[in-house]
Amino acid sequence: MTDQRSQAEIVRNSLKRRYRKERRFRLYGMLAIFIALASLAILFADIISKGHTGFVKTTITLDVTLDSETMYLDDPTDEDQLSMADFVAPIIAALQAHIPEADSAGEKRELGRLIGTYGASEIRDLLKDNPGLLNTTQTMEFLAHDRVSTYVKHADNPRYSVKLSDQQQRWVDQLQAKGVIDTGFNDVLFSRGDSREPANAGILGAIVGSLLTMLVTLAIAFPVGIAAAVYLEEFAPQNRITDFIEVNINNLAAVPSIIFGLLGLAVFIGLFGMPRSVPVVGGMVLALMTLPTIIISGRAAIKSVPPSIREAAEGVGASKMQVVLHHVIPLAMPGMLTGSIIGMAQALGETAPLLLIGMVAFIVDVPSGFLDSATVLPVQIYLWASSSEQGFIELASAGIMVLLTFMITMNALAIWLRKRLERRW
Amino acid sequence: MNTMNPAVTSEADMPEETIAPVDEDKPAETLVEEGKTVGDPFSENPKFKLRNVEVFYGQDRAIKNISLDIGRNEVIAFIGPSGCGKSTFLRCLNRMNDSIDICRVKGQLSIDDHDIYDPKRDVVELRARVGMVFQKPNPFPKSIYDNVAYGPRIHGLANRKSDLDEIVENSLRKAGLWDEVKDRLDAVATGMSGGQQQRLCIARAIAVSPEVILMDEPCSALDPIATAKVEELISEMSESYTIVIVTHSMQQAARVSHRTAYFHLGHLVEVNETTKVFTAPEHELTESYITGRFG
Repeated sequence: MTDQRSQAEIVRNSLKRRYRKERRFRLYGMLAIFIALASLAILFADIISKGHTGFVKTTITLDVTLDSETMYLDDPTDEDQLSMADFVAPIIAALQAHIPEADSAGEKRELGRLIGTYGASEIRDLLKDNPGLLNTTQTMEFLAHDRVSTYVKHADNPRYSVKLSDQQQRWVDQLQAKGVIDTGFNDVLFSRGDSREPANAGILGAIVGSLLTMLVTLAIAFPVGIAAAVYLEEFAPQNRITDFIEVNINNLAAVPSIIFGLLGLAVFIGLFGMPRSVPVVGGMVLALMTLPTIIISGRAAIKSVPPSIREAAEGVGASKMQVVLHHVIPLAMPGMLTGSIIGMAQALGETAPLLLIGMVAFIVDVPSGFLDSATVLPVQIYLWASSSEQGFIELASAGIMVLLTFMITMNALAIWLRKRLERRW
Repeated sequence: MNTMNPAVTSEADMPEETIAPVDEDKPAETLVEEGKTVGDPFSENPKFKLRNVEVFYGQDRAIKNISLDIGRNEVIAFIGPSGCGKSTFLRCLNRMNDSIDICRVKGQLSIDDHDIYDPKRDVVELRARVGMVFQKPNPFPKSIYDNVAYGPRIHGLANRKSDLDEIVENSLRKAGLWDEVKDRLDAVATGMSGGQQQRLCIARAIAVSPEVILMDEPCSALDPIATAKVEELISEMSESYTIVIVTHSMQQAARVSHRTAYFHLGHLVEVNETTKVFTAPEHELTESYITGRFG
C-alpha cells in the first residue's frame, strides 16, 4: 500500500511538471504568433498612414475666361498660334478674381504657381478640340501644384516641409475658405501613367504592365510546369537522369531572382534580339523564375493523389494515360492551381530581374500591347520611393497598398479555389 | 496488414504479424518443401493455369515456385498469415504488379490457355476480363453513376446513353445496390457508407462484364452486416464469374468458397475442397493455422 501511495505521489508530481511544460510551450507558440501579427500590423499601419493621402487629390476650380486678347490667340485651329499663345494668363486672371490683392507682376507669377504645371496645356487642349469656346467663360477643374497639395494635406505634419511662401500660404488658406481649393478622391492615380509631376502621376500604366507581364508568365509557366510535373511524376523512369533533373529543379527554385534577369538580358535580349522594357520579355523571365515553384507544387499535388484511386482505375482496365488524364490530374488540380497562383503572386512582386531587362524606364504612356514599353507595379513603387519630390512619398505607399491588394486577392483566390475544388476520398 | 477487421473479431487474440513455429523442435520453414503442394491443386479444363510461379521484389523471393489451377465459375479462397504472399499471388492474375518497378514475375501463367505475361499482350484487355475489388473501398470521387459507367465508357462498351444506363442499372442490381441508390445516382460516391462503397466497387468491376473477379480482402474494412451482404453477393455471383478471394477470415473462406488454398511464407502449402480444409486438413501447418495456433 505504501508503495502504491508513493508511486501515485510521484506521478502527481511529474504531472504537475508536465502541465507546466505544456503551458510554457503553448505560451511560446502564442508569443510567436503575436510577434508575427504585431509586425504585420505595424507594417500595414505604417504603409496606410503614409499612403492614404496618396488617394487624395487637391483641385482648384476656376471660372476661366478664355479671352483671345489675354492669350494672344485669334484662331485656335492654327497650330502656330496655339504653340505661341499664353494659356497661363487666363488662369492667373481667374485666380486674381478671388485674390484681388495680388496685382504686381511678381505676385501674379507667384499666384500662377499654385496651379500644377499641366494646367496651361489643359486649356490648350480644350480650345484645340472646341475652337468655338474662345471668348467664353468656362468652369474648369485644375490639379493644384504639388507644393499646394502638400500644404493642404500635410500642413501639420512635421515630416513634410512646406515649400510655399508665407504669402502663397495665405492665399491658399483664403481659396480653401472660399471652396476654390478642394480635395477629392484621386482618380488621376488610377487613370494615368507615370509623370514627373506627383499630382499628375498615375499607377494605371504599371497595373496594365503588370497584368500583361503576368499573362505572359501564366501562359508559359503554367502549361510547361504542369506538363513537366506530370511527366516527372507519372511517366519518367526512375534513374540517374531524372534524379539529376529533380536536384536541378530544386536548385533553380533557390536561385536568386536577379540571376534570371541576367539570363533574360543575355539570352532573350542579347541573343534573340528581343526589345527591351517590354512585357513579353519580362513575362518570359518571370516564367523561368516561377517554373520550379509550379513544378514542385505540381509534383507534390500529384503525389498526394491516393494510390487506391490509381489502382481502382487500373483495375477496370484504364491505360496509364487514362489514369492520369481522368483521375490523377483532376484530383491534383486544386494543389497545382494553388501552387501556380502562389508562384504568380511571387512573380507579381518581383523587381530585381525586371530592372536588368529595362522595365525600370520612365514610361508615361499606358502600354497597349505586349510589345509596348512598360513598367510593373513593384518597379513603379521603387521608382517613386527613390524620387526626391515629396509628393512621391505618399504615392509610393499608395502604390504598395495597390500591390498588396492585388496579392491578397490572388492569395484569397488560391484559398478559395483549393476549398472549392478539394474533394474527399 | 489487417488489424481493423470486424469480421474476424473471433480471431483477434491471434498475433497477426508473428509467425510462431508450430513447435520448438520443428520451425515452420522445415515443414514445407518448395514446389510441393498437399491436396489437389490441379483441375480439368481450368480457367487459370499457373505453373512454377515465382515473384521477386528486388532480391526478395515473395512467391516460391507455386503451381495451381483455378477452375471455371469456381470460388477459390486464398488464406494464410500476413506476409505469406497471397495478395502478391492474386495480383499476378491481372498483372497489377506491373506498376511496381522492382517486382518481377517468373513462370507460366495463362488464362484460357493464353499467356498472361506475354509481352505482346495488352494489359488493358486482360484487366477488362479480370476485374478486381480492393481491400479498402476505393470509389472515384465522382457520382455513383459515373463510377459504374467509367469502365464501359473507356472500353467503348456502350454507344448510346440508353445502353450505358442499362449497363449501370444491371451492374448495380447484380451488386445488390440498385434499390438503395436508384434515386440518387448523381450523388457523390464517397458520401456512401463503407459497405455501400465496396458494393459499388463490385458493381464497377462487373460493369465491364469480366470473366474473373479478384477480391483482395474485400470485407476487411466493413462491419459484420456489410460483410454479410458482400458475402451473399459473392455466392450469387459465383454462378456467372470465377472468383478469387483473399481473406483473413476463415469463417468467410468457409462460407463463400468452393476450394481453399493455404499459403505460408511464399509457399502454397495445401489446396483442397473448402470443407475438407476446414474439417480434415492434410498438412500440419494448415491445421495449426485453422485451429488458431498461429496467425
